[in-house]
Amino acid sequence: MIGFISYLVNGISLGSVYAIIALGYTMVYGIAKMLNFAHGDVIMIGAFVVFSTVSGAGLPPVVGVLISVVACTLLGMAIERIAYKPLRKASKLAVLITAIGVSYFLQNVALLIYGANTKSFTSVVSIEPITLADGAMVISGETIVTVIACIIIMIGLMTFMKYSKAGRAMLAVSEDSGAAQLMGVNVNSTIAMTFAIGSALAAIAGVLLCSSYPSLTPYTGSMPGIKAFVAAVFGGIGSIPGAFIGGILLGVIEILGKAYISSQLADAIVFAVLIIVLLVKPTGLLGKQIQEKV
Amino acid sequence: MKTRNLSKLTKSNFITYGIVIAAYIIVEIFLRAGMVSSLLEGLLVPLCMYVILAVSLNLTVGISGELSLGHAGFMCVGAFSSAIFSKCMETVLPVAGIRFFLAILIGTAFAALFGVLIGIPVLRLKGDYLAIVTLAFGEIIKNVVNVVFLGRDSRGFHISTKDSISLGLEKGGEVIIKGPQGITGTPKDSTFLIGVILILITLFVVINLINSRTGRAIMAIRDNRIAAESVGISVTKYKLLAFSVSAALAGTAGVLYAHNLSTLTALPKNFGYNMSITILVFVVLGGIGNIRGSVIAAVVLTLLPELLRSLNDYRMLIYAIILIVTMIFTSSPGGREIQERIKLFFKKKKTKEA
Amino acid sequence: MKKALSLLLVGAMTLSLAACGNSSDSAATEENTAAESAGTESEADGEAAFKIGGIGPITGGAAIYGTAVQGGIQIAVDEINEAGGINGYQIAYQFQDDEHDAEKAINAYNTLKDWGMQALVGTTTSAPCIAVVEETHNDNMFQITPSGTAVECVQYDNAFRMCFSDPTQGTESAKYIGENGMAENEKVAVIYDSSDVYSTGIYEAFAAEAENQPFEIVSVEAFTADSKTDFSVQVQKSKDSGADLLFMPFYYTEAALVLAECNKQGYEPVFFGCDGMDGILGVENFDVALAEGLTFLAPFVAKSEDEMVQNFVSKYEAAYGETPNQFAADAYDSVYVVKAALEAAGATPDMSVSDLCDAMVEAMSSVTYDGVTGKSITWSADGEPNKAPLVVQVVNGEYTEL
Repeated sequence: MIGFISYLVNGISLGSVYAIIALGYTMVYGIAKMLNFAHGDVIMIGAFVVFSTVSGAGLPPVVGVLISVVACTLLGMAIERIAYKPLRKASKLAVLITAIGVSYFLQNVALLIYGANTKSFTSVVSIEPITLADGAMVISGETIVTVIACIIIMIGLMTFMKYSKAGRAMLAVSEDSGAAQLMGVNVNSTIAMTFAIGSALAAIAGVLLCSSYPSLTPYTGSMPGIKAFVAAVFGGIGSIPGAFIGGILLGVIEILGKAYISSQLADAIVFAVLIIVLLVKPTGLLGKQIQEKV
Repeated sequence: MKTRNLSKLTKSNFITYGIVIAAYIIVEIFLRAGMVSSLLEGLLVPLCMYVILAVSLNLTVGISGELSLGHAGFMCVGAFSSAIFSKCMETVLPVAGIRFFLAILIGTAFAALFGVLIGIPVLRLKGDYLAIVTLAFGEIIKNVVNVVFLGRDSRGFHISTKDSISLGLEKGGEVIIKGPQGITGTPKDSTFLIGVILILITLFVVINLINSRTGRAIMAIRDNRIAAESVGISVTKYKLLAFSVSAALAGTAGVLYAHNLSTLTALPKNFGYNMSITILVFVVLGGIGNIRGSVIAAVVLTLLPELLRSLNDYRMLIYAIILIVTMIFTSSPGGREIQERIKLFFKKKKTKEA
Repeated sequence: MKKALSLLLVGAMTLSLAACGNSSDSAATEENTAAESAGTESEADGEAAFKIGGIGPITGGAAIYGTAVQGGIQIAVDEINEAGGINGYQIAYQFQDDEHDAEKAINAYNTLKDWGMQALVGTTTSAPCIAVVEETHNDNMFQITPSGTAVECVQYDNAFRMCFSDPTQGTESAKYIGENGMAENEKVAVIYDSSDVYSTGIYEAFAAEAENQPFEIVSVEAFTADSKTDFSVQVQKSKDSGADLLFMPFYYTEAALVLAECNKQGYEPVFFGCDGMDGILGVENFDVALAEGLTFLAPFVAKSEDEMVQNFVSKYEAAYGETPNQFAADAYDSVYVVKAALEAAGATPDMSVSDLCDAMVEAMSSVTYDGVTGKSITWSADGEPNKAPLVVQVVNGEYTEL
């Protein structure tokens, strides 16, 4: 029983990281209607910035994280301005391929700057772990911080979308960008802001990912990026609570699958569950059903 | 009017076949003259494979309008099923030609079978959800292949997902699939000529399918599903047809792949979603729905990173930049304008000459 | 319009193809003439050189191993050239990227062949190596892989290996653990990478040898290339199994994560790794206390007092700013083995690839080599090196030879 709870806690911890990444994915998808495959690599850049500032330059972790958030925000806006904005009216596939190009680009830039060697990431969390049941179960400080950060971010985002003017503009653009423009919403700056928020979240996700799993290479972001994409689809892409639930569930399924079915087939299990869910609910758990008009 | 249209279409198709045949003849002449570098010689079969993959994926993405990110999975099925066959039959069927012919049939058939099995549930979904589910299937196939151990001895086949010891083989038995190491020692049967023939068959199948009644039905579904349904077109049937033909052809490419290298492993690099995306890049850059474009894009983009080898560390960076710039140039309004101007410039020149 | 465009494209492609063929061809003929003239003229001709190629991943997820090999070869080549070369000839060296992919490895090999490579130090990783050895066998080119550990990497006569093979390492590890009673309660847990040839190979041999040893394997957990972020389950299961020793046959990148996870869960078994662990202390910013007591069999210790090792390590550190790992060391030795074979064969650069290969393969049977990864190493006919593994333990944050 202790074992099961322990697995569950680990699953929620992993799932929270997926959820934060997925929130970024879902924001961008919901508003810009594009799959930003480079999102995972922005995470990696965010982690590297913290690595350079905290472990390299010796700045306090909080400052490092703030620098990283600013850097990723600027990076996200730059990517949007240079690579995605010219393609606003182009086919979705063209944007997808460009995003893949951006992803390769970021990976190779990091490879040239930092080299291929693994870096060990020093956790920015300094909370003591909680030990339960005579050491049979340990909840680490990273887990606690990640889960709390994830919940705060989700609630913050939902409040922002619902009550702030900018957030409502985002909702309007996501519903119908043409109509929003007619109503006086600046579509371009709204989309730019979406990328800024999404990338800031990516920086936070990068820090938390590497604090829990302390190894950092230029390819660190790609697999969690894909998993988070799966999580976002799982919960219904475009939906903020959906991304949260999808992320947590994905983490829990991955860990429990590993623990009770097979550690070799963990990925296959995750993807199989995804397929089953989508076959039952074709737009994800909380996705909107879009009525087709003739 | 109609006949003129048709003849224009056939003409365009013949140009596509012509390009492939001409390329084959030219390369063959250079080969005979010993003027082709080893690098290019080694790339010939992979080039054929990528062309087939791009053309077949274009059938799903361009003609049927479904974004599939699991194409590499079907390639994996074709590669492994045919490699198992070839490995088992190497001693029984020493004639490479017949064995490889059968291997191609088996690889294609298995991939088609998977195409149907996966297509039935998947095609109920739409857009990005379909994309993610095809990606998921591709990853599952790769993941499962990676843990399978298959051995053969006098008592028949043994299968395990643990390790090769647990197969319990008798002395003299051989391990065919060795987990992550996959299949080693597949006979090298793929040749450039066979590759080109397979490209021509692929083109023939795809082009004829597009220009048939079936193809028009598929495109009608792509353009407006509800309207197509209302005139009595069976959506499931036609979508499934396009999807499984595409899968089968990807399987054929997989057979070429498996019989070109002596080692076959299911790594993220060759059968993961990365490969599916690489093929998708060919299709999009070549022009969605444009078969000839797929052929050319597959060749150019496969050669590009190899020709950039002298740049060493900067190779993949340059490749990424070229990818982004090309996409912006071909798909953005600004880029289109420049294109139009270039076209206009040539047109003017032509009329002047005339 | 479309027609014109396509014709234009065809034209361009043909031209580029022809250009490809031509350029390399002319380059090749140049080499030939250069080599010929060198053969007929004097040895002092600076143009003639032995052309040695290297292959490995320098981009992509496995890039650490390729860059190490690339650097190791470079150090050796520079040293040899400075000291006057091989049989009076300099070495020309080129390294090509294979992205840890069999198909790309063939392209890399062919690129090197176009350049005029006469002997191959490569490839770095196993699966590409199996594909490339098929080609070198067809071309009859001498090949020595610094770090391709799968059995099939050296399945042909022309191929040799510098590192231990997977089965050797697995068996030796099991024997060492059993004979030294490292697992106090005779219970051993294993975590391995089921999507990796190297890791699975060592694990299988280890499990087979464990039958003959006093200890028992009580828990076997796997992970894959796609799910190597989170190790909480694997570590917890090992902990729950009550094992006193955790055998970890995989690379240090993942090991750093596993060790951190064990620390997190308060699990403190004896850690036993494999030669892929070498380098763990060099991971930038790694908390070395986590690896305290980690034991593994390795061919090379950077901290060794040995003069050759010190020379290599200091040069490598000066050139690349990091401590070389066993990949770099094996690559460094591989070049010297090529040198030894060339010298024993009395070869000259004007010999054809095939003649060189025959001469070198013959010479290999008599070569005894002292290097940084072992002393008095000899090669058996199947291409495997005979060298004794060192037992290395991390003590006070330093690799220490036991």
